[in-house]
Amino acid sequence: MSYKFDPKARYARSHEWVRVEGASAVIGVSDYAQHLLSDVVYVELPEVGDMLTKGESLGTVESVKAAEDAYAPISGEVVEINAGLENNPEWVNSDPYGKAWMVKIKPTDLGEADDLMDAAAYEAYVQEEEEKGGHE
Amino acid sequence: MNYIPNTDADRAAMLATIGARSVAELFRDVPEERRFPALDLPPALSEMEALRELQALSEENDHLGQLSCFLGAGAYNHFVPSVVDFLLHRSEFFTAYTPYQPEISQGTLQAHFEYQSMICALTGMEAANVSHYDAATATAEAVIMALQISRGKRSRVVLSPTLHPHYRQVVRTYTQGMGIQVVGDDVPASASLDALAAAVDKETACVIVQNPDFLGRLYTPAEMQALADKVHADGALFVVAVDPISLGLFTPPGRYGADIALGEGQPMGNPLNFGGPYLGFFAMKMGDVRKSAGRIVGQTVDAEGKRGFVLTLSTREQHIRREKASSNICTNQALMALAAAIYMAAMGKHGLRTAAELSYHKAHFAADLIGKLPGYQVVSQGPFFKEFVVRCPQPVARINQFLLDEYGIIGGYDLGSDYPSLRDHMLLCVTEMNSRAEIEALAEALEELPNLDRPTEEAADD
Amino acid sequence: MTEPLIYEICQAGRRAVSLPACDVPQTPLPAGCEREELPLPEVSEIDLVRHYVRLSQMNHGIDTGFYPLGSCTMKYNPKVNEAAARIAGFAMLHPLQPEASAQGALALIYELQELLAEIGGFAAVTLQPAAGAHGELTGVLIMRKYLCDQGESQRDVILTPDSAHGTNPATTSMSGLRVVEVPSDRRGNVDLAALKTLIAQHGPRLVGLMLTNPNTLGLFEENVQDVLRLVHEAGGLVYGDGANFNAILGIARPGELGFDVMHYNLHKTFSTPHGGGGPGSGAVGVRDFLADYLPGPIVARYESQTFEVAETSKVSSLRWYMPPKSIGRVKAFYGNFGILVRAYTYILMHGAEGLRQVSENAVLNANYLQARLKGVYPIPHGDRVCMHEFVAQGILKAAPGIRTMDIAKRLMDFGFHPPTVYFPLIIPEALMIEPTETESKETLDAFADALIQIAEEARTQPELLKTAPHTAPVKRLDEVRAAKDLVLCYAPGCG
Repeated sequence: MSYKFDPKARYARSHEWVRVEGASAVIGVSDYAQHLLSDVVYVELPEVGDMLTKGESLGTVESVKAAEDAYAPISGEVVEINAGLENNPEWVNSDPYGKAWMVKIKPTDLGEADDLMDAAAYEAYVQEEEEKGGHE
Repeated sequence: MNYIPNTDADRAAMLATIGARSVAELFRDVPEERRFPALDLPPALSEMEALRELQALSEENDHLGQLSCFLGAGAYNHFVPSVVDFLLHRSEFFTAYTPYQPEISQGTLQAHFEYQSMICALTGMEAANVSHYDAATATAEAVIMALQISRGKRSRVVLSPTLHPHYRQVVRTYTQGMGIQVVGDDVPASASLDALAAAVDKETACVIVQNPDFLGRLYTPAEMQALADKVHADGALFVVAVDPISLGLFTPPGRYGADIALGEGQPMGNPLNFGGPYLGFFAMKMGDVRKSAGRIVGQTVDAEGKRGFVLTLSTREQHIRREKASSNICTNQALMALAAAIYMAAMGKHGLRTAAELSYHKAHFAADLIGKLPGYQVVSQGPFFKEFVVRCPQPVARINQFLLDEYGIIGGYDLGSDYPSLRDHMLLCVTEMNSRAEIEALAEALEELPNLDRPTEEAADD
Repeated sequence: MTEPLIYEICQAGRRAVSLPACDVPQTPLPAGCEREELPLPEVSEIDLVRHYVRLSQMNHGIDTGFYPLGSCTMKYNPKVNEAAARIAGFAMLHPLQPEASAQGALALIYELQELLAEIGGFAAVTLQPAAGAHGELTGVLIMRKYLCDQGESQRDVILTPDSAHGTNPATTSMSGLRVVEVPSDRRGNVDLAALKTLIAQHGPRLVGLMLTNPNTLGLFEENVQDVLRLVHEAGGLVYGDGANFNAILGIARPGELGFDVMHYNLHKTFSTPHGGGGPGSGAVGVRDFLADYLPGPIVARYESQTFEVAETSKVSSLRWYMPPKSIGRVKAFYGNFGILVRAYTYILMHGAEGLRQVSENAVLNANYLQARLKGVYPIPHGDRVCMHEFVAQGILKAAPGIRTMDIAKRLMDFGFHPPTVYFPLIIPEALMIEPTETESKETLDAFADALIQIAEEARTQPELLKTAPHTAPVKRLDEVRAAKDLVLCYAPGCG
């Protein structure tokens, strides 16, 4: 099974991605994550102004069979949320790195991205996970 | 008697296929010294003997087929059309499980979708779940939901002192490990809505009132809306516990600002059954559905485009979300919800209104009669629906014993057991099931009471 | 086959019920309180009856056919239970009527408390919780309060096996505690080494362990005494999830094994009807040192008579009693009394011998099915004797595109309700099968034969499975659409 990876993003082991764009960072969930979930029916996002802490939940991505937390790959203040996801949760399945960005934050410490994986490392990690056999 | 079809021949054949020599061998994983304990139980009875014994036991009870009942306080004697029981006992409804496989459970699913629809219609709310165990646990779940909606940032819950005592107790039991404050009900029952409003602040997650309240008082939509506005101004949720029969007549909570409307559905098609199984109905706004608990049925289509129904939003629930679930509820009161749906459909808009009107008029007639008796005073402040409060010339327990022993009447609830300021106050309930003759008999009996000697009294003083 | 919604068969002016005319003077309604409209249905009684009868015909119940849902114990619901429950002297009692007028009801509750305590090996029982999950919450709150009273309020961790039913971790969170998961070992038991490590790590903060035994793999914990001992040594308590009690009635008593608290599912083990999702009853039994913490009120026997009862009465001086350190009420009134009557009837008719036969035959039937399906479907722990249920997998080497969901839907075409699917989570493509003791060998053989045929169809005609069910009232339903485009009620103004 081949998955898509955004070369400009860095990835957490919990399958979120983060991409630095100027002064802000954009966060979403990866193509592998949406594959595990299958059809996404709802996305719950934080509010503008909320402080996210690396490793803590920023919201949930919900399908028929699972509701998984999305964890902040780095810390920061939420400056924008993707309101379009409310009526179009299926974007997570069709365009996880583009239209389905979840939040834009003002990062507190970009150094926190150092322990995240680049696209190549994440691809290898995903392959490992697949071989282990993700459960239902 | 047991219900096991297996004969010795069947067992032998099965053991042979399994490759075991005896059934006892199948239990080899049980620690030997603990295996096959002798249970000290009465010897097994046949069906005939069991029914005889149960019948005899039941005769130690005086029941509402033999007595007139003027007791409410959260469980009510309302009319149940015969068609409800008849339809409820259809085996396919009765012996089915939770509809996890929707294609062969459309009966249960559609019936519950209709129930949800009727509850929304009744309460004026946008969405409803399939049930909670009762109104008390529904109230506790409303609190938990309000805490989740506030994302754990608020830790205060305000309860009206005239919210049913059991509901308040269950809220406290459920929340004992959560580090939240439950306040607002340590004031006298006569405290006003303004006093309640004053207890609300920006730390409050929700405010819960009952309408009509535990003392029977009916609040106007204007009064409720004013409280709702104050609650919303502080960013809290406004939760209203309602009597479903009262909604046959009166403005529903959805029209006066309720965020959650819940209550005891027992009056709708379920017998009194000594306290259970009952029905906690629960209705809310569409926007809050994902934070709610309990089963929810949704409409969809099948592979050929035909309309069908499924359990939906299951990812909130324990079997998927586990420790992050909105609640642990699994088995609920589905059959009672079905009974309520059949009741609401059978009674319809006219029948439910009539039941409410009859209850209202009869209760007011009773209050009039009793209020004129010397020694008794109807103390209900403001309008009431089917329950009202009477100050009595003697302790309520004494009066009730007299009513039961001498007149075959179950008297009203002793409010002194919950409200210290209401000692000797009785909460009387009248429904469409009480005939005029019964009501007049009650008044007559109460009039008789002060004339009796008091055998347990200290030496007579004159 | 479809049936219109009740709202779609309404006609203005129709009515199904008549009430008497008002026989008292009328009082004006309070100003401003009357509702404007009441959008409930208007149907005649015949249309009402046909509607619900037709709906029921679209349902599969135990009375229709085999219903092997694992851990649900879909055993036959005896009809004598219904006769008992509708006796007027039980059904027509107000919960708050004077105790003296309800001594028969109190006696039934008291007797059932005692019977369940005896069956489970516990000192005291409450019948107040309304369902298993409700019992779990009760039990965990009891454990926590007891430990707080011992000065151990820092304890906030509950261990649950990875095979646990979702209600266990959900209950833990509801109680304000943290879940720590314990892995299972290769034989399907709690991994003892992992347990020891976790206890070493969390020991002083341990409230206890929630254990289902037999577990959701259908296996009896081979090291149950060790597991319980380790938890107790760390100062924790052990909660027994009694969902699978049907396997060990009269075979073992959890209280004797060392469980401190346990809930019983009266709607599983004790045959009360499932009703499409409830009502149930989640009685909770405790060891003696926890009896004071039970939710109340429960029924207790008092020696002194403080009121008069009929001379001929066999029962007397039964009162409501609130245990002195109770966690509080968990429900209004006393519990699902109508369900208690049914469970009581069931126990009266079985006795000790009958209950043991229930478990013996339940376990025999499950092992028979397991034997018949070995080699056809993978059964991860098929090398062990199972208890009342076992877990197979809907994985067929010859048909890699077929999954458990397809097999389940195809089973419907054979007239069977599918087993539990995709649970427990630790077994991929799980099929959890629990036949119960009330099924005949012919039914078990027909079910095994159907599964064997389906395995063959998976290889030769996979499309048949993929598009199943074919004979059900509806075809496969779109659950994605139901979750995305929420339509939760009919009336306009709803979502």
